[in-house]
Amino acid sequence: MNMKIKESKLLKIGLLVILVICTQLLTKITDTQFYLTQLTMSAYYALLVIGLTVVMGYAGQISLGHAGFFAIGGYLSAALTTHNLIALQAHPLVKGLGSVGMLVSGQDLYGEQLLVFAPWAACILAVLTAAGIAFVLGIPVLKLKGHYLAMATLGFGIIIFRIGLASEYFGEADGISEVPGLTLLPALGPLGSLSVSGDFGLRVENYYVAWGLLCVGLWLLLNLIDSRVGRALRAIHGSEEAAEAIGVDTARFKLNVFVLSAVYAAIAGVFLTHYNGGIGPSEASVMKSVRYVALVAVGGMANIWGTLIMGVGLTFLSLRGVFGSYDDAVFGSILILVMLFAPDGILSLNVKALFISKRTTDGH
Amino acid sequence: MRKIGIQQIILGAAAFCMLALPVQAGTIKVGAIFAVTGGASFLGGPEARSAEMVVDEINKAGGINGDTIELILKDSGANPEKAISFAKQLIEEEKVLAIIGPSTSGESMKIKKIAEQGKTPLITCGAAAVIVNPVASYVFKTPQKDSFAVKKIYAEMKKLGIHKIAVVAGNTGFGKAGKAQLVKIAPEFGIEVLDAETYDKKATDLSALVAKLMANKDIQAVVNWSIVPAQAIIVKNMRKAGWQVPLFQSHGFGNIKYVEAAGVAAEGIIFPAGRLLVADVLPDSDPQKTLLMKYKADYEGRYKEAASTFGGHGYDAMTILAEAIRIAGNDRAKVRDAIENLKNFPGTGGVFNFSPEDHNGLDINAFVMLTVKDGKFVLYDGK
Amino acid sequence: MTSTLFLQYLFAGITYGFIYAIVAIGFNIIYNTTGIINFAQGEFVMLGGMISITLLQVVPLPVAIALAVLITMLLGALIEIVFIRWLDSPSVLRMIIITIGLSILIREVARHIWGESIRSLPYFVGNEITTITIGSVRISPQVFWVIGVCGVMVLGLSLFFKITPIGREMRACSSNRTAAILCGINTRNMVTLSFMLSAGIGALAGCVMSPITYTQYDSGTSLAVKGFTVAILGGLGNSMGAVAAGLLLGILEAYSVAVVPLAFQDAISITILLIILFVRPHGIFGSSAAARLKEF
Repeated sequence: MNMKIKESKLLKIGLLVILVICTQLLTKITDTQFYLTQLTMSAYYALLVIGLTVVMGYAGQISLGHAGFFAIGGYLSAALTTHNLIALQAHPLVKGLGSVGMLVSGQDLYGEQLLVFAPWAACILAVLTAAGIAFVLGIPVLKLKGHYLAMATLGFGIIIFRIGLASEYFGEADGISEVPGLTLLPALGPLGSLSVSGDFGLRVENYYVAWGLLCVGLWLLLNLIDSRVGRALRAIHGSEEAAEAIGVDTARFKLNVFVLSAVYAAIAGVFLTHYNGGIGPSEASVMKSVRYVALVAVGGMANIWGTLIMGVGLTFLSLRGVFGSYDDAVFGSILILVMLFAPDGILSLNVKALFISKRTTDGH
Repeated sequence: MRKIGIQQIILGAAAFCMLALPVQAGTIKVGAIFAVTGGASFLGGPEARSAEMVVDEINKAGGINGDTIELILKDSGANPEKAISFAKQLIEEEKVLAIIGPSTSGESMKIKKIAEQGKTPLITCGAAAVIVNPVASYVFKTPQKDSFAVKKIYAEMKKLGIHKIAVVAGNTGFGKAGKAQLVKIAPEFGIEVLDAETYDKKATDLSALVAKLMANKDIQAVVNWSIVPAQAIIVKNMRKAGWQVPLFQSHGFGNIKYVEAAGVAAEGIIFPAGRLLVADVLPDSDPQKTLLMKYKADYEGRYKEAASTFGGHGYDAMTILAEAIRIAGNDRAKVRDAIENLKNFPGTGGVFNFSPEDHNGLDINAFVMLTVKDGKFVLYDGK
Repeated sequence: MTSTLFLQYLFAGITYGFIYAIVAIGFNIIYNTTGIINFAQGEFVMLGGMISITLLQVVPLPVAIALAVLITMLLGALIEIVFIRWLDSPSVLRMIIITIGLSILIREVARHIWGESIRSLPYFVGNEITTITIGSVRISPQVFWVIGVCGVMVLGLSLFFKITPIGREMRACSSNRTAAILCGINTRNMVTLSFMLSAGIGALAGCVMSPITYTQYDSGTSLAVKGFTVAILGGLGNSMGAVAAGLLLGILEAYSVAVVPLAFQDAISITILLIILFVRPHGIFGSSAAARLKEF
């Protein structure tokens, strides 16, 4: 039984990998490689969405503040790699950081000396910070339920948005621009270095980086759900009291999952910010958080594959401007329609079953 | 040897032209990224409508050199990641000749490099000076420089004998850039900034802020720098509190809706602006007059709303591009060169004189000082 | 701080406090009868302002306001009937998502009808700079309109719930729904009624505040967040608590200007909310005994 599940899971991921490769080859053959840009961006957003799925769908906890974690990752990584520390050169802390190789020096456009965090160091710091904040926030927040939980997470998102918009360090309304690429692998012999950046020439590499990351993230989550943790989470969703009664430490499970999803969001934020070369306050806005909830809802709440498909699909369309000026309206309508007619997600919708169940309820 | 090369090219080009002649009525694709919805819609809305109007007009008149223009309008909702995605899409996929927009400085800064890499001319409507400083060869902008507006205001203050001021700004890119310039340039004019505050762009009441500033008796004047409705709110709150010090606003005040919203409180506000708002009282000799009157009449006739300086930025971006296409045809690099060499080109924001060092092309004379009298914008002539 | 400054802050705070309180009471009315938090409450305020401004072009001001309130009430009823009435005991999560979706949709529709520009009703008395001087403080007469209308609404509502039969039936629904059904009360209609009521008071607040704050298609969202903060501070479902909490938050915000940069003002009110949620989720004015019966 267990083997079977494991096999089918590997099979599905394998199929996904094949699909990813085929898509790239197809764009190459048809000379439509420009599609890869939006596919890369969608993959990062999907990474956040599948993380949120575990919190919302499996543990049953709503979060209207996940854009906040995305922004913490993106903003911190961007700020650390762009703000010049040359004036603080003599500071012992800066010296210490420099001696462990976390800083890099260079020159900016005007030929001025630059001393900034190395992208990899900034990335790690940003993700760790997001995880830490999620942990500290999660302890009191996850004790709340329903509207109170919704409002507390929404409030957290607003605070992050406000801080980004009000701090000079984070660029206020303009956000942060000219963020350098994130080098993943240094150049090895004939192979060039592999880095996350929006250069036209690095498009294919970045497509694989994004989808590779998404596949790994997906695989980890699928394993988590099939493990003891997953069963505990489903128990929490069903009835928290009952779960507690059979000895599940509900608070700990909820917290761990919340922190995990924050890490997914922060990683997505870091990578997308380096890919885009910048970040702005709109990434932390309430509308973004609501959008992520919409994607989880339309994918079917407790259905990672569903949210993956919907997350990539809808974000891809939105980023290509298919919805035009109706972008927000489309997401609002999706929220309402899905929650009214298909609370288990649009993929669960079975028109025939809908009619049958209706008839039986009429018969009552 | 070399001569022959050129001859061959000319011959080839001629042959190509002859081939192309029967299908000469081609289309030139132009991309536009504006924040039609979202937090900056009061910029992007009029900008997009103005650009569409220009394109319609050009096409109705038979296009440019026989080619019609196809405007591909993308609504970014003021989201940088969408602006980035759209910029790449327009450059690679739609293969547009050039891009106009985006509406905000933040978005413009994020696609500056993309336009540069993609070798596609970009004429943004973002306000911040950093967009064209340092100059990127393919990036231009139409709104006037903040620093000129600031200097214009400070020069006026000097005449009025004002030395100590308070600065308030909205938390938009426009407010941020203006506030920085105000604080930076003040010492040059012997002016001291006693207080500098930033308010939310959605602020609906600033009476607490006004009370705080008013308590500082040294403040001789207030400068407010924003593009949001708070421009009307702050003046109402000031006058209601009985605080009669002069209020200076930025060129963002150039929208008659804000005067209507502030009613009698708006009387006496002093601000620098392009000549669009006072087009009807300009002397006939003014190089901008004909164009301004035309834009105003066309826009107001078509959209049934008052023309604003924001819409003018979109109008300028599109007309500059159209002029460059007229000169250079459907070629990115040549259009770029044509824009850079454009001289004495009248727009709504001023008379543009581009050069390799100046990709904004406007000087301090693009601004005139205006004030509000009887609910209308009039030229300010000192006290 | 001088006494004048002190009073100026106080009045700025009170004006806002009452507006927050009205939005919070709108939340409470629906919460009490249904257990739902209607995230689209702020949009009712926006709709009231926008509709009255549009109507003002054809009818005089009092009629425009009355009609706007009526139309918004009908819209409230319509929304309840179309989106909520027929759902069979939906989960809280589902209701939160539906009302958030509604809020987005109403906002987008409003943008298409009224555009992105700001609008406002004229001042009811005098104009933008008319003031009444009390001691050393100058206050716009419109502020008294806001305070007066909001005050009357609060009183009217509490009388309505105490005295009228319908009001009592609505209260019965909120305290025990099953028992109310057994007593022959049509709880479904009560829910529709609660949506109408809260839409109506939201719209009226939207009209009286429009001259001061202006109305824009998206002005409802930030009000809803503040209103919800106040509703929780005062204890969900507790209308008098909402008034007290509204005044408290409004005044706190006004005085915070003196201490912290204005740019962080909103972050402060939300931080207060989070702290209250963590230490006293039943609100500062709610009773902990009653809170034990609720789920947080």
